[in-house]
Amino acid sequence: MSRAAWVAAIAALAAQIAGAEEAPADPVLAHPSKFIARNGGDLYRAICQGCHMADAKGARGAAAYPALASNPNLQSPLYPAVIVVNGLKAMPAFGDVLDDEQIAAVVNYVRGNFGNRYTDTVSAAEVNAVRPATDGEQSR
Amino acid sequence: MTIRRRDLLALAGLLGAGSVLGPTGAVRAGMTTPPYRGPMKLDGAPKKTSVLVLGAGLAGLTAAYELRNAGYQVQLLEYNNRIGGRSWTLRGGDVYTELGGEKQICEFAPGVYMNPGPWRISHTHKAILDYCKRFGVALEPFVQLNYAGYVHSRNVLGGKPQRYAHVAADFQGYLAEMMTAALSKGGLDQPLAPEHLALLKPMLASWGGLDGSGRYVTGASSSRLRGPESISFEDASITYSQLLKFADVLQLGEDAAMWRGANHPGLASFQTTLFQPVGGMDMIPKAFASRLPGVIRTNARVLSMTQDESRVTVTYEDVSRPGSSLQASANWCICTIPLSILGQLELRIGAPMKAAIDAISYSSETKIGLQFRRRFWEEDEGIFGGFSITDLPIRQIFYPSGGLNTPGPGLLYGAVLHRGPPTYEFTGMTPAERVRRAVEYGAQIHPQYHKEFQNGMAVAWHRNPYTMGCNAQWTPDLIRKHHANARAIDGRFVLAGEGVSGHGWQDGAIMSALEVVERLHRRIVAAVR
Repeated sequence: MSRAAWVAAIAALAAQIAGAEEAPADPVLAHPSKFIARNGGDLYRAICQGCHMADAKGARGAAAYPALASNPNLQSPLYPAVIVVNGLKAMPAFGDVLDDEQIAAVVNYVRGNFGNRYTDTVSAAEVNAVRPATDGEQSR
Repeated sequence: MTIRRRDLLALAGLLGAGSVLGPTGAVRAGMTTPPYRGPMKLDGAPKKTSVLVLGAGLAGLTAAYELRNAGYQVQLLEYNNRIGGRSWTLRGGDVYTELGGEKQICEFAPGVYMNPGPWRISHTHKAILDYCKRFGVALEPFVQLNYAGYVHSRNVLGGKPQRYAHVAADFQGYLAEMMTAALSKGGLDQPLAPEHLALLKPMLASWGGLDGSGRYVTGASSSRLRGPESISFEDASITYSQLLKFADVLQLGEDAAMWRGANHPGLASFQTTLFQPVGGMDMIPKAFASRLPGVIRTNARVLSMTQDESRVTVTYEDVSRPGSSLQASANWCICTIPLSILGQLELRIGAPMKAAIDAISYSSETKIGLQFRRRFWEEDEGIFGGFSITDLPIRQIFYPSGGLNTPGPGLLYGAVLHRGPPTYEFTGMTPAERVRRAVEYGAQIHPQYHKEFQNGMAVAWHRNPYTMGCNAQWTPDLIRKHHANARAIDGRFVLAGEGVSGHGWQDGAIMSALEVVERLHRRIVAAVR
């Protein structure tokens, strides 16, 4: 092997090691089939803001996407947790694509931002408890 | 190289699996429409009976067209400022403002277009094909499978895109070789009769490109499937092509999900022949609309519906006069407004229909059209139509089936996303950011992007003001609970269209409209007698 080839091989190896250890700087679009973000803000940007918008103020067209900003329905953290798990009307369910910790993180993020000033949080265990029983009879 | 048996079985088992409840999944799950029986002929419509149709997509247009032919008085309300609904084409000069207020001004060159919604018609879609024939809408083949397209994974073969021809041939070849070896050892659980075994072996050899001793190796047989490396101009000698490693083929199948994606050409919905209208999908709704003079009112946003024993009355806003409140009234109403919208309107309907409407979510889908100075995919790489599939978040690149082998500029679809994380993530971005990312990712497959890119349009269906989602997500459980209630005539009000059709194709919307028109007509005629 020539010296240049050795250098290239070592550089490639170093890059591979660095790539393996480094979490992606931007978790959005980091994975083709999984939401890998763990942080509530990242999850909000990856999922919620598509409809509820970056400022969480929602939008109105033929019908409306409700504002999550300053939303009194968020008083109980279980209410948004249930909606994220099961979906509501036209909103798809996310219970199958997010784990309990991710759901807790995004619910807590929304309840602590956008003019919402709730200080209590929901835990992963509490999210788990609102999941429908997995007996194949998931009701919606 | 070691390949675990279950890897192989998993991959082989997925070849024909329609595991995703895609457009036809719901049909398989039990939602069926009657077969198309040719042009509709309805007799005996009572005089001065009126029907109000809501929504000027293909379902609403079909209903209005057939009811008018039958002698009913028809008016059609549409929220958008154009007809067609999701059957839609973007061209240069078009302006599209999505929810949230981001405005895109389309800069496509003359002749360049994008179908942000439905873009292909299956040969099994008899109703829409018949309307196209009767209305003179010219069709051309939509290329789905292209052996020249790429299969790409960042983790396989240094991220170098591999031709579908090579990946598919090598998958077949290695499978055929393993099968042949297993047969020779009597390794099948259910042994074949000797005479059938004698038939199977040559079939496998031919299908898999095996040599005379049942091996899949570099040589004349494998190169017959995957193409030779080169043929000498001087002495016509052939250099046979090198095979991919089976492990790499399997890893491509995992990463790029090439055998599993909803667009796999083996799935019944995407088998040859597929069609598209020449010049854009909206040729179809335009052909309907030209046959409905004075019937359609656009810019009409439906707010509420009430009904009594004799009439249905709809209140709507003329969106060119914000805050206005107008009314339209008729004896009957066929509503094709997406369920995603209906769930928020004030409707005087019974609890069962309301529950059905509220039970259905709408999918997220995103399409990004990119215009390039030249058709480099054709000129440099010999890809004429069809797709490349990748583990990048753009998932698929689709090459245009129209205008093949013409000079640029040309448009390809730089991302085609159905469900899954990337479509949500792209939806949350501004349109400019979506286009920028699609170019950045696509350049990993086609480096020409950097030099040739001109402009793009990005449509994320959850941000579409008129449908607020792509299509209705019925599941077998939801069908069992709600589908009959969604389809029942509630007083003088009935739903039609994609949302209740059972499949997300345009043909489903048309078939649903035809079924509802016929059912309503029978009801009306029976009541008069």
